Order: sequence, then C-alpha cells, then structure tokens
Amino acid sequence: MTSGAYQGPLPVKQPESDFYWEKAQGHELWLRRCNACERAYFYPRDFCPYCGSRDVAWVRASGRGTLHTFAIVHRAPVPAFRDHVPFVVAMVDLEEGARIPTNLVDVEPDPEHIKVGMAVEVAFADVTDEITLPVFRPA
Amino acid sequence: MTSTSKAAAIVGVAESDEIGLVPHKSALAHHAEAAHNALEDAGLTRNDVDGLLTAGYVNYDLADYLGIAPRYTDTTTVGGASFVVHVGHAANAIANGLCEVALITHGQAGRSSRVPIPRDPNLPSAMYEMPYGMIGMPINYSMAATRYMHLHGEDRTRQAMAEIAVSTRKWAQLNPKAMMRDPMTFDDYHDSRWICWPFHLLDCCLVTDAGAAIVVTSAERARSLPKPPVYVLGHAEHHDHAGITTMPDLTSTPARVTGPAALGMAGVTHGDIDLTMIYDSFTYTVLVTLESLGYCGPGEGPDFVAGQRTAPGGDFPLNTNGGGLSYTHPGMYGIFPVVEAVRQLRGECGERQAPDVSLALVNGTGGALSATGTIVLGVE
Repeated sequence: MTSGAYQGPLPVKQPESDFYWEKAQGHELWLRRCNACERAYFYPRDFCPYCGSRDVAWVRASGRGTLHTFAIVHRAPVPAFRDHVPFVVAMVDLEEGARIPTNLVDVEPDPEHIKVGMAVEVAFADVTDEITLPVFRPA
Repeated sequence: MTSTSKAAAIVGVAESDEIGLVPHKSALAHHAEAAHNALEDAGLTRNDVDGLLTAGYVNYDLADYLGIAPRYTDTTTVGGASFVVHVGHAANAIANGLCEVALITHGQAGRSSRVPIPRDPNLPSAMYEMPYGMIGMPINYSMAATRYMHLHGEDRTRQAMAEIAVSTRKWAQLNPKAMMRDPMTFDDYHDSRWICWPFHLLDCCLVTDAGAAIVVTSAERARSLPKPPVYVLGHAEHHDHAGITTMPDLTSTPARVTGPAALGMAGVTHGDIDLTMIYDSFTYTVLVTLESLGYCGPGEGPDFVAGQRTAPGGDFPLNTNGGGLSYTHPGMYGIFPVVEAVRQLRGECGERQAPDVSLALVNGTGGALSATGTIVLGVE
C-alpha cells in the first residue's frame, strides 16, 4: 500500500496459519516445506500439495525472490482501496521455491519501472496491531 | 457407464425476458423466466422436467421457486464454467437413465442486486490474496496477462487483445440483445482507461443482469420435438487451482485438458469446428484459451487472431453473440455461449448467422482461470 491507513479486508486466521501470521508479526517470513519431496509451498497447510505427504515442516524464508508477475490496480476493487490506487499487486517466486501473493512497494506504479524477473526482497507492513502483511520491494 | 456421445441433445435454449440493466428483476426471477422460455422453445412444460442442474443457488432453493421436484439434481459449482459442465453431466444422467428431461438454469442480478454476494472469509484466497487488494477478476486475470506479455511480447499481446475486443464488438452490433452496440475502433480500445494494467476498460467484460436456461433430453425424445436436435457429441471438465496465485502456469488454462478431451470424445478435430464460443471474461481469456484448447500453440494466439479473422466475415467465427465483452455478462456467463452455439447450429441467428455451422465448440471458464468445461455440439 502506498499511502494512508490500511482499511482493506484483514485475513481471518485459520489454525493451520496461526504460526505464519505470528512470525509475520515478528517480521519474519516462514514457509511450509515438505520433508518427503523437499519442496517449499504456499499457502501453509499440513499436507504437501505436491506429493500428499503429511511430513511437512516450517522453514524460515530468506525473503529474497524474483517477480513472477504483477499488475497495477487503477480502479479500486472495493471502497477500502480507493485512497491507495494506483498500487501494485504481484506474485513473487521465493528462492526457496514457493510463489507468494503480495504487493510490490517502494516503486513507481508504472510498468516502465517494474519488470517481471526483477529481484525483490521482503518487507513487512504492520497494518493493524494484530496483522502484519509481508510485502516486497525491489532488492 | 454408457458412452454419452450423441446420447443426448439440447432441445431448448433461452435468455430471461430482459437482459442488460434490469433493476426490477431478482436473480431468481431471471432463472425462472429463462427456464419457462427454454421449455417453451423445446416444446416441453415444467411437468416434463425431472432433472435440475444449476450453480449459484442450492438446487432445492431454485426448485422450490420454480415449483418442481426433480429426481436428478446437480449443483456442480465451478464459477462461470458450471453451466457448460452441466451440459455434460445432463448428458451422462440421461444416458444412464437417471432423468429424461434435464433443465439447466442460470440467473444473476449482477448489476442490480440489492445486496452483495458474500465471500467466504475462511478460504485461502480470502486470507492470502484479498488483503493485498487481489479482489475481483480484473485484478486476478491481469496478473496472468502480464506474465503472458513477459513470455510472448508486450506489443503483440496488446495487439491481440485489441483485435479480440474490436471483433467481438462487431458481432455485438449484429445482436439486438447486446448491451454494447456502438462501433469500437482500435483507437477506442487503446484510449480506454486503465482498470488494472495491463487491462484497459475495453479488455473487461460487462456487468449485467441476465439469466439463461438450457433443456437437454435423450436423442430419441429430441427427435420428436419441434426444433432440430443439437447433439452433445463431446464434453469434458477440469480444474487445477482456485485462486490465481496457485495457478500452475498463468499462460495455460485447464482447457488444455478439456479441449482435446471433448474433441476426442466427439471424434472430431479443431479443423472440423465451424463455430467457436469461448467465455470472454477478458480479452486475455480468449487469447490464452485459444492456445490452451489447442487451436494454436503457446504464444501463437496473437497471430491466430490477427487481421480481424474472428470478426463477422472472417474465416474463424468466434463469440458471435458479442460475448461477455459486449453482449451480456451477469457474473457466471458460461451458459450464454451455449445458448448462442445452439442458435447458430439451428440457423436462427439472422444477421449474425455464421456460414454453414454444423459443429460448434463451447468453452466455459470459471473462477480465476481455475476451471473449464468444454463441449462439442452438432446437428445432423
């Protein structure tokens, strides 16, 4: 988000994601990783979506990745985002292998300044006392 | 299970009485009007219906409103693809004796509904996508289009999206029921405002109020009814993700499975198809779906649609009703391309009738490019 207090929809935490949000609040990005097929995945759940194994662990991500894709929102999808347009929605390929939804911040919301494949790193937006959203900025 | 190719036929299709901006009708009223109209088109009555398929409502709520009590019921809900999938399910049910006359209905007050449809906050997409403003399909699909541009070139992708917007509007100009019938130039397309880059306003479907319905029965019974039977020759369904951020490949939809499967079941190939109807939620949806269905290879879509060959008079008639982009799009549009394909196969389309249509392919897409249903329809 580029300006103003966050008024958008807040995540309703689920039991399998409490840990993720707790760590985000502490400004750490953690992922689920499968011990059987050794792939990291997003979003967190207690079963590997690739091989079906229940032998999965939490791992701390480096926070480094590359921009998989992005879009620049000009028309706010709900009134809560009216003060924030234009802003950048994005997917980031983390170096651990998982792809994560996010906002790209600290960049001009202009396709001239944003390129698929560019290096990005995690930052943390403390949107409420309870919720911190992992966001990304150019590395 | 019995093979269902040509076991069943579509015998009735219709929209609700009024479509477009209809603030004086509820979503259920659109369902009911369309159901009555489609049954009339089929030469059947409500009393003949023993199978009900719908999405957006639980079946007993809809059956209650219609005053029917089916013995076969199916609420398969895969977004706008649902109603295309329902055609296949109806054919299966009929072929296996589970019902004889299946009614598929849709209705949405997409523009005029007095209350927004709630979204389940427990879903992963609500937890991990919506807080970032990834809300609504223009934003989801635009991220897929950006990826396509990165892989296949921004300028040629942009040109392809413009070709699709402009050709679809030309068809809409020939459809009296279309909401947007003013001419659209390439400049109009490029000058339209950004909704979510890379999508202009004119990359995006309409938001309307509308309903439609389809009546399916056995091939045998179909031959005793007034309209020429439109046989269900092939059908397939597939989904491989939910929210856009878990899509395995943003430039390949589940149509890569359903296209070849439906064509294979029908025993025909792409070159045999006379009319193609592709759910056009966005211009990009058409581009990526043409490739996924197998009409052309990855990255070849821009060449495939170049030079207005999908417009009236072109050699690849596509979305002849004017599509979700210019005709109507109440939310889950997938039933409308089926309605149009049936009318084209019957030769009922007047000014917009495509030449010599005896085989049509319809592809519905639901969710965030999440699900597809493909059917192949044909007349004798």
